[in-house]
Order: sequence, then C-alpha cells, then structure tokens
Amino acid sequence: MAKRESTFTNMVVTLLLVTGIAATALGYVYDLTKGPIAAAKLKAQQEAITKVLPEFERLGDSYKVPAELGADSLEFFPAYNGEDLIGIAIKTYTKKGFNGFVSVMAGIDQNGNFSNYVVLENNETPGLGSKMNDWFKNPEKPKQNVLGKSPKTTKFQVSKDGGDIDAITASTISSRAFLDAMERAYTSYEKNLETNSGTTGN
Amino acid sequence: MNQWKNFSKGFIKENPVFVLVLGMCPTLGVTSSAINGLGMGLATAFVLMMSNVVISLVKNVIPEKVRIPSFIVIIAAFVTIVQLAMQAYLPSLYKSLGLFIPLIVVNCIVLGRAEAFASKNNVISSAIDGLGIGLGFSFALVLLGSIREILGSGRIFNITLYSENYVTLLFVLSPGAFIVLGYLIAVINRFNK
Repeated sequence: MAKRESTFTNMVVTLLLVTGIAATALGYVYDLTKGPIAAAKLKAQQEAITKVLPEFERLGDSYKVPAELGADSLEFFPAYNGEDLIGIAIKTYTKKGFNGFVSVMAGIDQNGNFSNYVVLENNETPGLGSKMNDWFKNPEKPKQNVLGKSPKTTKFQVSKDGGDIDAITASTISSRAFLDAMERAYTSYEKNLETNSGTTGN
Repeated sequence: MNQWKNFSKGFIKENPVFVLVLGMCPTLGVTSSAINGLGMGLATAFVLMMSNVVISLVKNVIPEKVRIPSFIVIIAAFVTIVQLAMQAYLPSLYKSLGLFIPLIVVNCIVLGRAEAFASKNNVISSAIDGLGIGLGFSFALVLLGSIREILGSGRIFNITLYSENYVTLLFVLSPGAFIVLGYLIAVINRFNK
C-alpha cells in the first residue's frame, strides 16, 4: 500500500482519528482503573493510621481542621475504643523539604504525645533526607526520637537551631521540614482541642 | 535480518543506554536502586513494544507530514495506560517512580525506535525490536541500579549485604549515576570492539 499523501484533508482526518481513538482507549482504561486506584489509596491511608496509633477498635469520621501555620487544612482521623477517644491520626505536611512537599501521618495519643508517624510522601534525597522514615523513631537514640514527646515539653527544632531533636546527619533541611510538619500537626491538634472542649462526646 | 539477531541486538550490540546513549534522563534519575530500575525498564519495554506494533500497523495510513505528532499521541496513550495500571495495581512502585512514568513519553528511545524501525518494518519485526530494545533498556537500568544500590546503600533488591556504616553515599546521589554509567559504557565498548 502506498503512503497516504500529505494533503490538508488527509492530515486533518488522520490526526482527528488518532487522537479520537487514543482518547477513547484512555477513557476506557481510566474507567477500569478508577476503582482500584481509589482502593489502593484508601488502603495505604488505613495502613498508615493503624501504624501510627495505639491499638483501637474503630475509626470515627475524619474531619478537616484548618492548619494553624499555612493555608491548607489537615485531615484528622479520630480512633476510639468503645466510646473513649484513644488517639488521633493527623495527616500533616510541610513545604520546606529539600525537594518541596513532604506529607506525614502523625499519631497523637490520649496524653497528647506523638505515638508514631509514617512519612507518606517525600522527594528527599535517597540515603540522606529520606532517612526521616526511621530516624525520628529510634528508641535507642533518645535525642533523635520524637515518639512519646510533644512540642509542649520538647522543643521541636533541630539542635543546631537551639531545639531538642538531633537532625539527620548531613540532612538538616529535611530534618527541619519533618519537625515543621510534626509541629503543624500538634498546633492544629491543640487548637482543635480548645475549640472542642465542652462539646465532648460524639 | 533474522529475528533472533533482531531481538538480541538490544542487549549489548545496540543497547539503548550503553551504545546508543539514548534516554539518559530516566537512566540517571531512577536507578538509585535495582528495583526502581527494573520497574522503569519494564514499563518502558511495554510502551516500546506496544507503540512499535501500533505504529508499524498504521504507518501507511499516516501522512508523512503529521507522522511525528501521530506517533507521540500513540506513545502518550500507552504511557498513560501504564501509569493508570501501575497506580492501581502497584502503588508502591508507582510512588517511587512517580514523575518518571509520564516522562516515558519523551524518552527518545521510544520515539527513536518508532522513527528508525517501526515506521519502516512489518509488525512482527517491530514487536520483536521493541521487546528486545525494551529488555535491553531494563537490563541496563537494573545493572546500573544494582551497582549503585550495592555501593551506595549496601543492599541489593532491598536485601542488606553489609552495614550501612560502610556505604559510599555518593553512589546513590546524582554524581554516582554519572560515574557508574561512565565506567559501564567503557567496559561495554571494550567488549563490543
């Protein structure tokens, strides 16, 4: 078969057909994967919540709280044992990471201390800043551990800036970013506690 | 050309990374670990093979002057399909490759094979060419990723080989990618002569 000539009509029709078919195929695949993508995201979130909180029986409805520092709101996931609130998982973030946005799921227990955290999203340098996944929850190194502490009693800044937490070796910026995210979670948590006091129960 | 030669040329003789030196952006960007290299390589191989097949099927109905935009649309469609499928079924791999998946669209290997091979050959040869080059690309990325992971984080495919205290962090960072790639190209060229 000879090649089609590059006349104006031929070109327009070909491009229309090519883009039309591509769009249809994509629409179909999008429809097919929409469910699994949403399920995978939800599953990742559920896993993170389970990890950062002490054992709980059920999760309450999540709600959004405007962030104290910064414009976006944080998502709160309260967890209950029976009727008792045993902790809140907070999806917090910072934009001060070495490569911008970092998202963290932080758990705060009944006493207002961090129970655990999971870094959900980060673009930090592999081998350096990305160590934040484990660095701040090492029970053998109390000076870099944030678990069981809260910004109320501990200064959530790297020791270089006069704070109480040791930064990741050679990754001060990523460490600052991480602590910023944790502090943002706590500030909103406290603020939210104040506004809701008196209206306990659910 | 017999089909076996057509397939195997992608590994050493015409390896897209070591010999043609195409697609450097993902090559240097994602190979900080072997598993990332493998994921990226296989995603590219899939796109490469599918786009080669489709392009060789439609090569005669596409007018010469709009050939490049048509090819790009076809390639982009396959890349988006890979992206959606990965997001749905391999979310953790998708998370670590992230930005580099949509960038397969502009990977010059894919368009290069479409132009240089698929638009001149029949469907079967094009499919085999796409598969061979794609697997050659995966092979290169896994090799590069393994060396960087072993030297830079003391692991291979996430299995710890030695203590993190003795690693050379440089190899996980960008300069390490250039250094390892340089040595690999030198070695491959020595044996290709």
